[in-house]
Amino acid sequence: MTIETKAETTLGITPSQTIGPFFAYALTPRAYGGPELATEQVATDGIAGERIRVEGTVYDGDGLPVGDAMIEIWQADPQGRFHASGNAGFTGFGRAETTSEGRYFFETVRPGGLPGPGGARQAPHLTVSVFARGVLVRLATRIYFSDEAANDGDPVLALVPAGRRDTLIAQRGGDGVFRFDICLQGESETVFFEA
Amino acid sequence: MSLIYPPQSLQAHPLNASPEYKSTLKRAPSQPLILLPHTLSETTGPVFGHVGVAEGDSDLTRQHEGEPLGERIIVTGRVLDEDGRPVPHTLVEIWQANAAGRYVHVRDQHPAPLDPNFTGAGRAVTDADGRYRFVTVKPGAYPWRNHHNAWRPAHIHFSLFGASFLSRVITQMYFPGDPLFKYDPIFQSVTDEKARDRLVSRFDIDTTEPEWALGYQFDIVLRGRNATPLEEPHDH
Ligand SMILES: [Fe+3]
Repeated sequence: MTIETKAETTLGITPSQTIGPFFAYALTPRAYGGPELATEQVATDGIAGERIRVEGTVYDGDGLPVGDAMIEIWQADPQGRFHASGNAGFTGFGRAETTSEGRYFFETVRPGGLPGPGGARQAPHLTVSVFARGVLVRLATRIYFSDEAANDGDPVLALVPAGRRDTLIAQRGGDGVFRFDICLQGESETVFFEA
Repeated sequence: MSLIYPPQSLQAHPLNASPEYKSTLKRAPSQPLILLPHTLSETTGPVFGHVGVAEGDSDLTRQHEGEPLGERIIVTGRVLDEDGRPVPHTLVEIWQANAAGRYVHVRDQHPAPLDPNFTGAGRAVTDADGRYRFVTVKPGAYPWRNHHNAWRPAHIHFSLFGASFLSRVITQMYFPGDPLFKYDPIFQSVTDEKARDRLVSRFDIDTTEPEWALGYQFDIVLRGRNATPLEEPHDH
């Protein structure tokens, strides 16, 4: 199959700008009593699957917490199906603001594996967007899980230099919680993707 | 119908490392971004339709008992893809300062008055032609300490989803002819002049309603082009 596009009608896209420091009363308005479109609770009642909690801290290049970031996640359900492709009741979309200490969490179900490029299987993962004051364009990353054997064959992790792959893998602690810190810059900088 | 997302389109965006905007200095990744293949995780995304959007969410002047102070405006436009086709039934979220340049946000310390009749948050869903419409007041400019005498040009923050996570964008809409443009490192972080112009709304006399409100048109172009799969040649 080949792909054909009509070049003559291309419009330029609208450029991105920073979310700024003052988005909360519109996008994550719990503290303001506003209606919430989506929250940290991605697993709604009645969704089958293993309940997981992912939490972490967002840091800047000085190792200081980023207290004005918004994190969004997007994921498949435990069978590897996305919302649009027919699962019921599970949106797969979560949105959280960081606390003044830079902390965030999500409560969701563990996603299933997915088809990937070239017939390879993708290991279970969450798709992550980071927005913050001082971030002009959405930062795209992924959260993989430390206890998934399929990580070894994941075609996206394979694109990442071996020494940096750990920044994409949430580590499961003794309490069962997956810990995933996001470092915007610096020695342990999280891998970000051009998507 | 399916979409493709040419990576060249991303060139319209600013660089995260834009040092004139000081907050980027410690927040921009220093390692190169890794090119991600577009898998189902990227080419799908949340679809909101009318979920969570209430009647009246798009009129920011009627969310309280009284009317907010300031210059009443209508902001409307179409959400399009890169081929100029409308993006219907997509969520548009906005937030802004009040007419005095003050946000409701608890951390905004600018000594300008809050307006008890204005919160400054709105939502709308585009119609079948990709059109949205908000009624609000014109936001004021506000100081922000990025550099000496730093003032943001008047702007409204916009958040959109589109067809997938590849079209997800958060941006800002500006007003035509603002004298602060040339001093604003956030606006100037978009280095291509044509791309920068796409952040500026257009005053429109036909959108303007007599004796009531000035009208501004602001079209938003999201990533995504029509992918026409051609059938394999028949081999019989
Ligand atoms: Fe602002």
